[in-house]
This record gives sequence, structure tokens and C-alpha cells, in this order.
Amino acid sequence: MSDVLFYVFGAVAVLTSALVIGQSNPMYSVLLLVASFGAISGLYVLLDAPFLAVIQIIVYAGAIMVLFLYVVMLLNAPQEDATQWDRLHPLRQPGAARLGVILAALLVVQLAWALSKTSGIGEAVANDDATVVSSVTEIGRVMFTEYTFAFEATSLLILVAMVGAILLARREGE
Amino acid sequence: VGVVLIAQLIIILVVFLALIHAAAGMVWVERKVCAYIQQRVGPTRTGWAGLLQPFADIIKLLFKEELRPKAADAFLFTLAPIISATTAFVAFSTIPFGAPTTFFGLLPEPVGLEVADVNVGLLVVFAVASMGVYGIVISGWASNSKYSLLGALRSSAQMISYELAYGTALATVIVMAESLSVRDIVDAQQGTWLGVLPRWYVFPQLVGFLIFMTAGIAETNRAPFDFPEAEQELVAGYHTEYSSTRFALFFLAEYINMVTVSAVATSLFLGGWHGPFLPVEFGWIWFLLKVGFLLFVYVWIRWTLPRYRYDQLMQFGWKFLLPVAVINLLATAAVVLYFNV
Repeated sequence: MSDVLFYVFGAVAVLTSALVIGQSNPMYSVLLLVASFGAISGLYVLLDAPFLAVIQIIVYAGAIMVLFLYVVMLLNAPQEDATQWDRLHPLRQPGAARLGVILAALLVVQLAWALSKTSGIGEAVANDDATVVSSVTEIGRVMFTEYTFAFEATSLLILVAMVGAILLARREGE
Repeated sequence: VGVVLIAQLIIILVVFLALIHAAAGMVWVERKVCAYIQQRVGPTRTGWAGLLQPFADIIKLLFKEELRPKAADAFLFTLAPIISATTAFVAFSTIPFGAPTTFFGLLPEPVGLEVADVNVGLLVVFAVASMGVYGIVISGWASNSKYSLLGALRSSAQMISYELAYGTALATVIVMAESLSVRDIVDAQQGTWLGVLPRWYVFPQLVGFLIFMTAGIAETNRAPFDFPEAEQELVAGYHTEYSSTRFALFFLAEYINMVTVSAVATSLFLGGWHGPFLPVEFGWIWFLLKVGFLLFVYVWIRWTLPRYRYDQLMQFGWKFLLPVAVINLLATAAVVLYFNV
């Protein structure tokens, strides 16, 4: 049963993620991304981590993607601009597109390398104590003791980004 | 096992039907209470005291023509009301409405009176409610109409702003009960203080309760915070272009969301199905009474208070409600930690 569910959720996650970049309408991209988050949340439930699953929905699908939608709606761009470069071979497109192709290729190489180095992912998951992962108390304890520095550093980064955004959006003379 | 499974399926059916009928009943209550507040009598012709009025309304709605603007996005336009209605039903799934029961010995083992007992149940309610905003946002965008779009933008901004205060108020109860399961939280409120005062969290957490109800009214887009559908400014807001069954689904979702917020408030602050005088098997009567009272307060507030201005709503949410909620959470956590209660 859970094997079938794993393949269903996995297939939905992969398919919707692939479709996200294949849409000409940004609204559909955002909604497909939400569907992908939902499928990943289902995978968390199968891994006996209901807390992570729910947090995934609340934070990513419920809050961050709503802000994405907000931006898409305010910009009101039903179609991304189809420029004259669209028909060129990816490597012959100007600046940003070329860099993107190179970065994507690097990512594929990196993933292949990482997968060749790790062996027996299945065993690692099987040996992991699932009850530790799912306990909210345990997550809280680890986050505020062992990983305090990473946690606080992330908060600081987000704060800096927020201050920067406010500074950029502020009009002169206010 | 077979009997228990059947019992659980029956519970699901009961919850589903109860929510639909609660929505219909609320339409009648809303019209009657509003009428008496305005010194009218409200519907009286359809059935006894107009009780069949909501059913007449629904039949009328279902037989209307389904309209869709030519410039609308056909797929998303149809999807939006489905999302709204589905999330409204699902959000109720982890709320228990009574003590575990064997139905007077019919079952070999007691079943909990809720659709699903999840150990992070409270967060599930919160997560599903936060998905509900998609129905409104998508409907506003897909309609391709300025009133709908403005309503949807207002709604998403409002829901994001008030979700913070809402979640922080929930957190105070989680800290006190030390559990995320709604059933555990309800059971933590069993018994009395000094033999008279029920151990309901509304007494130590009056501030939290008020914050929760205020944010809850804003979350469900009800007056005085009903900006997404402010008639005088936006015609009907996000559902301006909707008619017939699709409109009925939005309507249904709004009323079911009110029931859910009231049920969550009952479970978290008013002791759920616990109450004096009744044996524990009939605790669901207490639950219904408490939810009914909160729903009446909802209607009472709507027809008593005028609508705020939109900037006042944002100011109130960010500069008053959220700081008070955070201070309340810190104070609660400190007291719980210090006295180890």
C-alpha cells in the first residue's frame, strides 16, 4: 500500500515540477508548484514525519506560494514575453540564458556524481529511528541546541534580505 | 475490525451531512437574527418560521444559468470554487466532537468521534485553512474582472496578515496543553478549578481567545472584516462573476469555515465536549451548544459593527493584534516554564 502511494506521490511531484518550467502562463507555474509541494508533503507522511509534512504545507504551499501568486497577479503578465531569441539553440542565446544552460548542466553532473558516491540510501532510511524525526519536542530541542548557530544565522540572512527589499522599494523623500 | 470501519464511515458521513446542514441552518439564523436586530421579522412564509428558506434558496441557485465570462480562464474558473468547498470540508476532519464511544456497547472497541485522529491535528486544521485562500485568489484572477481581482488581492493580503495572529493564539494553547493533538488539548481541559470553575482555557487565556476569535473573523472574511466582498466598493468581490452552483459552493465554503473556526475555538478554549450535568456519552450536546453560541456571536457581530477601512484593518492586524499575540505567547510560555504547570 505505502509502496503504491510512494510511486503515486513521487510521480506527481516529478511530473508537476517538470511542468512548472514548461508553462507559458506564470499563474499555472505557481499552481503546479503548489501541487508539487503537496505531493512532497505526502512523501513526508509516508516517511513517518507528519510534523514536517504539515509544516511543508503551511510554510511553502500556504504562505510563500500565496505571496508568489500575489506578485504574479499584480504584474498581471498572462504570457511571458516571447522574444526573438526563443527559436535559437540554447547555447547561442544571449547572456543569462546561456549561463542558465551551463548551470543546469553543472547541476546534472553534480547530481550524477553525488548519486554515484552514495550507496544504499534505502538502508540508511530503514535504519533511521523514525520516532525521533516525527517528535515535535525532539525537533525543537535539536533546533535550539545543536543547530542554534545555523538557525540564528538563517534568521539573520532573512532579516537582511527583508531590510534590503524595503530599502529598494522605498520612495525618495519618505 | 469490520464493524469499527463501518462506524468510522458513518462518522464521516455524519460530519459531512452535519456541515452541509449547519451551513443551511446558518443562512436561516443569519437572516432571522439580522431581521430582529433591524426590527423586522425575516423569512416567515417558507415552512414554519421560514425554516425552509435556505432550501428554497439552494434550489433557486442550482437552477440558475451557469455563466462564465468570455475572457475568463475556463479551467481555473471551474477549479476555484471546488478548492474553496473541499478545503472547507477537510479542515473539520481532525476536530473531535465527542468522547470516544462504543455506541452503547455496539462496538467491540471505542472509536473517537472525529474523522481522523492525527497527532499534529491542530496544525492540519491550520494548514488546510491556509490552502483555502487559493480558491479565492484563483477565482479572482481567473474571472478576468477588476472587481474580482481586487477582491482576491485584498483577501490574500488579509488572510496572510491575520494568519500570524491566528497561529500565535493557537500556539499559546499548544504551550499550555503540551500537545498538537486536538483530542489531547480537549482532554487537558477536563475537570474544574476549586470545584466550580471549569478548567477551560478561556479563563487563563482570555486574551488568546479574543485574539483567536478576531483573527478568525478576519480569516473567514466576515463583517466587520469582509473586505474581499465589500458590496459598496467591489460589487461582490472575488465571486462577482460567479453564478448558480459555482456561486453556491463559495457560499457553502464561507459558512462551513465559520463553523470550523467556531469548532476549533470550542475545542481549544471552551473545553470541547466537556461540561457539567451531562454524562460523558452525551458530551456532543455540549459541543453543539458551544459551537452554536459562537456562531450566534459571529452573526451578532456582523449585524452590529460597521465595516472598517482597509488600511485600518492592516494597521490593526500588524500593529496591534500581532504584537499583543506575541507578548501573550511569551508570557504564557514563561509562566508555564516557571511554575511548571
